[in-house]
Amino acid sequence: MDQPTLPRILDAGDSCLVAEFGTTVDRALNAKVQALKKALAKCGIRGIVELVPTYRSLAVYYDPCVVERKDLAARIEAVCLDLGDEGSGAGRVVAIPVCYGGTFGPDLENVCAHTGLSKEEVIARHTGRETYCFMLGFTPGFAYLGGMDESLATPRLENPRTLIPAGSVGIAGKQTGIYPIDSPGGWQLIGRTPLAVFDPLRNPPTLVEAGDWVRFQAITEAEYEEIQSAARAGKYTVQVAFRKEAE
Amino acid sequence: MGLLLKVIKGGMSTTVQDFGRWGHQAMGMPVAGAMDPEALAVANLLAGNEPGEAALEVTLLGPTLEVDGEGALAVAGADLGFTLNGVSAPRWTSLAVKTGDVISFTGPGGKGCRAYLAVSGGIDVPVILGSRSTYTRAAIGGFEGRALKAGDTVSCGEPPALWRRTIGLACPEPLRPVRDPEAPIRAVPGPQDDAFTPEGLETLFGSEYTITSQADRMGYRLEGPKVSHKAGADIVSDAIPLGAVQVPGHGQPIVMLADRQTTGGYTKAAVVLTVDLAVLAQRLPGERVRFARSTPEEGARLLAERAQRLASLARLRAEYRSRPERPLGGARATSGAYSLRIDGETAVIEWQEL
Repeated sequence: MDQPTLPRILDAGDSCLVAEFGTTVDRALNAKVQALKKALAKCGIRGIVELVPTYRSLAVYYDPCVVERKDLAARIEAVCLDLGDEGSGAGRVVAIPVCYGGTFGPDLENVCAHTGLSKEEVIARHTGRETYCFMLGFTPGFAYLGGMDESLATPRLENPRTLIPAGSVGIAGKQTGIYPIDSPGGWQLIGRTPLAVFDPLRNPPTLVEAGDWVRFQAITEAEYEEIQSAARAGKYTVQVAFRKEAE
Repeated sequence: MGLLLKVIKGGMSTTVQDFGRWGHQAMGMPVAGAMDPEALAVANLLAGNEPGEAALEVTLLGPTLEVDGEGALAVAGADLGFTLNGVSAPRWTSLAVKTGDVISFTGPGGKGCRAYLAVSGGIDVPVILGSRSTYTRAAIGGFEGRALKAGDTVSCGEPPALWRRTIGLACPEPLRPVRDPEAPIRAVPGPQDDAFTPEGLETLFGSEYTITSQADRMGYRLEGPKVSHKAGADIVSDAIPLGAVQVPGHGQPIVMLADRQTTGGYTKAAVVLTVDLAVLAQRLPGERVRFARSTPEEGARLLAERAQRLASLARLRAEYRSRPERPLGGARATSGAYSLRIDGETAVIEWQEL
């Protein structure tokens, strides 16, 4: 096992400490964040309000009337000494069905034009790789996915749209993502999933958590309709696989 | 059955808020919640509720509401011209309301822009992810995910058993939160204070800023001397805590508030003390802000004092409710308050033995 990497413990006001493992986008670094989150959740330290993992750090929100800052910082450091090596790439793989092109993916042709790839090739490359969910943020349920095939990289639209329907799948630079709720945005839309990636009334509200992997699966328009009705009736089971280590 | 509030006029931005939707930021769900949580808690205690019950957050220009049913009601926070049946009514006081009463607000009577209207039983909207707070940007929580508008009917919960005994209780001056419009806003440097030049941090803590027109529940953009970065303003996204003083490349600080997004990619020079967030949130565009360096320990001490004030008010309420109905000899009350209604007008009479 590697030497444990101790994070910097940073103050973020009077009710939050940030355990920062690094300042870059890196899957091994992110795995440490996820590992610390799991370990702290298991400890059940009194006074912790919630844990928010991001690319490279874990925000620990606390109630200073219950736990003192210095005691909490010491506990976090102690937990870090015992962190295992969880950066192997093992984790859940969530299958997200996507109907590409047509009205669901009005910018698929932009991506083809920019990359010089055919529609079929763009779809094959987008579905061909598992992408890693570093964190959720920006809007409720938005997953920051990393590891898209870089040959698909396409700049954002020059004129952002004022309304993008929930479930739209897009590309912005080297990133790919799914709009969880109706919102404005400038991503190149290549398809749409019939699943509600965020539903505050469902438990759990999100399909993907930080530390999960996502695999996009191409579906037809008919399958889109079918899955959507099944999902709305609560009769659709999202396919989840497990991967043992990095590919 | 709980009260109904019929909305005759929605006001500028009247939303249902409680202490916020904590515990779900890991999925990107913003917290929302009252911008002045202590004022919310005081209003709730006076209305006979638990401190964190859902109430209406009234912003600058308040709503007009007609009551159907009976119960207790209290307004705390900024003076926005609260009236009951057209007559100026006291804030910080538990008042009885009944069918036909009209609550309205005539406009700000001084500094401060947010008041809380709590009703016995609390505002009864669905609990979503553990909270009734409204997050309007994603239309989650509160009354249909949005601010109230004319024609809405808002239901309240079953009034707590002791609501009648709470009527007339007033929050004493020392237990009301102080919202000094000139007070410095204290903040703890970090988590990215090392991304700024020493001069940049000196500027932030030594200059006067003005609140711009881009100031809402999500955050307050400030304008003033530029806060300089060492290298750049962009970082790999991390969490945005409540009160973060975010400084993008233009060098103008933005204080992130209740409806902030959970994560972001700008450097954060400091984070405002929790108790001072309400002091800031009561200020309006055009008003001034000065920051003062503070520590997490000072913030914790001030939060403990806040908890003490609310505990004192809860104790006072318990004593008030258990007062004897009539003096029976022996221990006698030496002060008290009555709420009288004459021809639909409410007057509160406070008395004390000299």
